Amino acid sequence: MNKSTFVYVTFIRTTPERLWSALTTAEFMKQYWFGMHCESDWKLGSPWKLVFEDGRIADSGEIVEVDPPKRLIIRWQNHWKEELKAEGPSLCTFEIESVPDVSPAAVKLSVTHAIDRPESKFIQAVSGGWPQILSNLKSLLETGEIAVKARSKTA
Amino acid sequence: MQVFTCILLGQVKHCMNQPDLLFKALADPSRRTLLDLLHATDGQTLSQLCEHLEMTRQSVTQHLELLEAANLVATRWRGREKLHFLNPVPLQDIYERWIRKFEKPRLKALHDLKRRLEEGKK
Repeated sequence: MNKSTFVYVTFIRTTPERLWSALTTAEFMKQYWFGMHCESDWKLGSPWKLVFEDGRIADSGEIVEVDPPKRLIIRWQNHWKEELKAEGPSLCTFEIESVPDVSPAAVKLSVTHAIDRPESKFIQAVSGGWPQILSNLKSLLETGEIAVKARSKTA
Repeated sequence: MQVFTCILLGQVKHCMNQPDLLFKALADPSRRTLLDLLHATDGQTLSQLCEHLEMTRQSVTQHLELLEAANLVATRWRGREKLHFLNPVPLQDIYERWIRKFEKPRLKALHDLKRRLEEGKK
């Protein structure tokens, strides 16, 4: 493969609308994303930023596709580490699907993050963080609490 | 084993809850090998995965179906090829639920000691 890609999937007992709101609301995001949050008006072509707790910019890009509450694609480039920034922009796709015939309601969230180069260090770096973020998000939406407060040093 | 897997696959969606299915999926050495293969190289096709395993294509397909049902493997189509990706999110959930809660720093010390002693033997 001449691309680096990962696909992470989680099932969450919530509605597509609540999940969409969790993915696009800065204050809610801080609770599950290690204190970080995104800044954007979530409109097609609008700028997008991922901001550290202390206000520094971690990553930046723009909204490439937006179809609430089903699909969101962000052009995403690292901002703070030269080596990762040099790899250029990646595409991060969020897909939300309702799981049919289950009670209470559940949704399938797929996060696909890809860059057009083999063995990308950027993809390796972000792929380490996503499982904790998604696990926190699931736990927060289902129980109102999160399991991991701080990012582990090894991540 | 094949018969067992077929019966299991037919029932999983109806009678097993997700953690049961997850531990069931992890309880088989071939399926753990498949996860290791995807960890080494993500996004492989069935044919690529079969090259590393001494079992029929049909058995590998069934193992992959169970891993997908347990949400340990996610799939994407690229043209006519179905690519398999390791999905570590349920493992993170197990870690939060069944390991982090119980772990103590001395368990890590014990694990490190075991690893050092075992590496020293090689």
